[in-house]
Amino acid sequence: MIEARGLVKRYGSTTAVDNLSFDVRPGTVTGFLGPNGAGKSTTMRMMLGLDRPDAGTVRINGKNYRDLRSPLREVGALLEAKAFHPGRTARSHLTALAASNGIPRRRVNDVLEITGMAQLETRRQADRRAGKFSLGMAQRLGIAAALLGDPAVLLLDEPVNGLDPEGIRWIRNLLKNLAAHGRTVLVSSHLISEVAQTADQLVVIGQGRLLAQTTVAELSARSSSLEEAFFQLTEGSTEYSASNIAYRGSLS
Amino acid sequence: MTTATLTRGATRTAGGYGFRSVARMEWLKLRSVRSTAWVLLVFAAGMIGLAILVMAHQHWATMSPADQASFDPTNNSFAGLALGQLALGVLGVLAITTEFSSGMIRATLAAVPRRPLLLAAKAAVLGAVTLVAGEVLAFAAFAVGEAVLRSPAPHATLGQPGVLRAVLMAGAYPGLIALIGLGLGAVIRHTAGAICAVVGILFVLPLILVPLGTSIQNSVGQFMPMLIAENSLTAVKPQSHTLSPGLGFGMLCLYAAAALAVGSWALARRDA
Repeated sequence: MIEARGLVKRYGSTTAVDNLSFDVRPGTVTGFLGPNGAGKSTTMRMMLGLDRPDAGTVRINGKNYRDLRSPLREVGALLEAKAFHPGRTARSHLTALAASNGIPRRRVNDVLEITGMAQLETRRQADRRAGKFSLGMAQRLGIAAALLGDPAVLLLDEPVNGLDPEGIRWIRNLLKNLAAHGRTVLVSSHLISEVAQTADQLVVIGQGRLLAQTTVAELSARSSSLEEAFFQLTEGSTEYSASNIAYRGSLS
Repeated sequence: MTTATLTRGATRTAGGYGFRSVARMEWLKLRSVRSTAWVLLVFAAGMIGLAILVMAHQHWATMSPADQASFDPTNNSFAGLALGQLALGVLGVLAITTEFSSGMIRATLAAVPRRPLLLAAKAAVLGAVTLVAGEVLAFAAFAVGEAVLRSPAPHATLGQPGVLRAVLMAGAYPGLIALIGLGLGAVIRHTAGAICAVVGILFVLPLILVPLGTSIQNSVGQFMPMLIAENSLTAVKPQSHTLSPGLGFGMLCLYAAAALAVGSWALARRDA
């Protein structure tokens, strides 16, 4: 369970996140949607205690992130940008992170297996320096790190970025499975069509503000198609609002 | 995909993170990047190489009586500290700036949200590794230096008054510079900028004093880290305008503590 209450984050004169409140419930995949620059990544960094909110709070299972006793066992996160040292192997990276929270070393093998980094044809991937990884392999390493502590809450920022179709299908199944086991899963994306493949619940933001907390079914009933309903909802809060029509045309 | 291992409970055990587990992570991190080995290799080469270079070229016969009187065979064995301090200072910088440049810091802080604890664990691991490396190389440089020094120049032995103290302090010095580098790295976050700051403190500050005149050089210079190492820590024969070895060592500990305190404050206060 994640509860955001009145979150505000400013960078200089720009307000990236503006009085944002929403809940993310366990047992289902929640899509975190918004156009580029809507404040999704900033919000996720505040959830992890990486960025300090200017106002408001975000609680994970009733606690501030900084008060968690064993954070990796409670929250797993895949952030937008790479979060590993390029000179370290995938296995060393995971082993070091596991040690910090007292997670047994065998769990490193487990997550390498879950993410397909220990399979025969990619076995060497786990022992290669991560700086040489393709975008897709880097995403798998990020997901492996998120799963290390077998956490009840997962935050994934744009997890399908850089994945090939096979990888995307794998991620979709993984997310559904994680939620089916009772976990809280929050997945950000700027593509409604992608999110609709796995998510039931939706949190839609634009320019840092909450536009809707709804379900995929409810949103798609609002208009002729899910995408059309999404565009109507986010209209006026995209970075491209001046050329909104042309932007929409290029996507369909 | 293996769904079986997704069932929650795979890692349910008691306990949270603490200094020991975080220090263990930092130890695993430090030894799993190649830069650590390279920097330690440069450190070893500098300590041993310069000891040989300087000690093998002491020509007792051609020295003036004044030079002969002030000749300090212990102090001269540690010429390599000039390079060695820079190597370990860089190691300290890299221990934190590569986390920022690669994005690793976000994974680290998600695992260890208590940031002062993280920096304390980093400092403990870095301090232990650099202290061991420093002491090993200090004794090695001393032994090699005395071995290549030609008679009739007087030789130093560990049994002579002040010599063991000088060797031990020479070994501890580069580790303290590493901790200063770590603290500066936590504040500056960029590798190049933080290394510049270390070079500035070690090499440029003493140069700035030169045009200010002898009296300022004498009064302020004795507090400069590199001059403390040269004139206080590793000197067996007392020199003028210098801190005592104990006071000099205390000053360096104070600098390291201050750098780490500021680094910890900056790390805790700023977004990652």
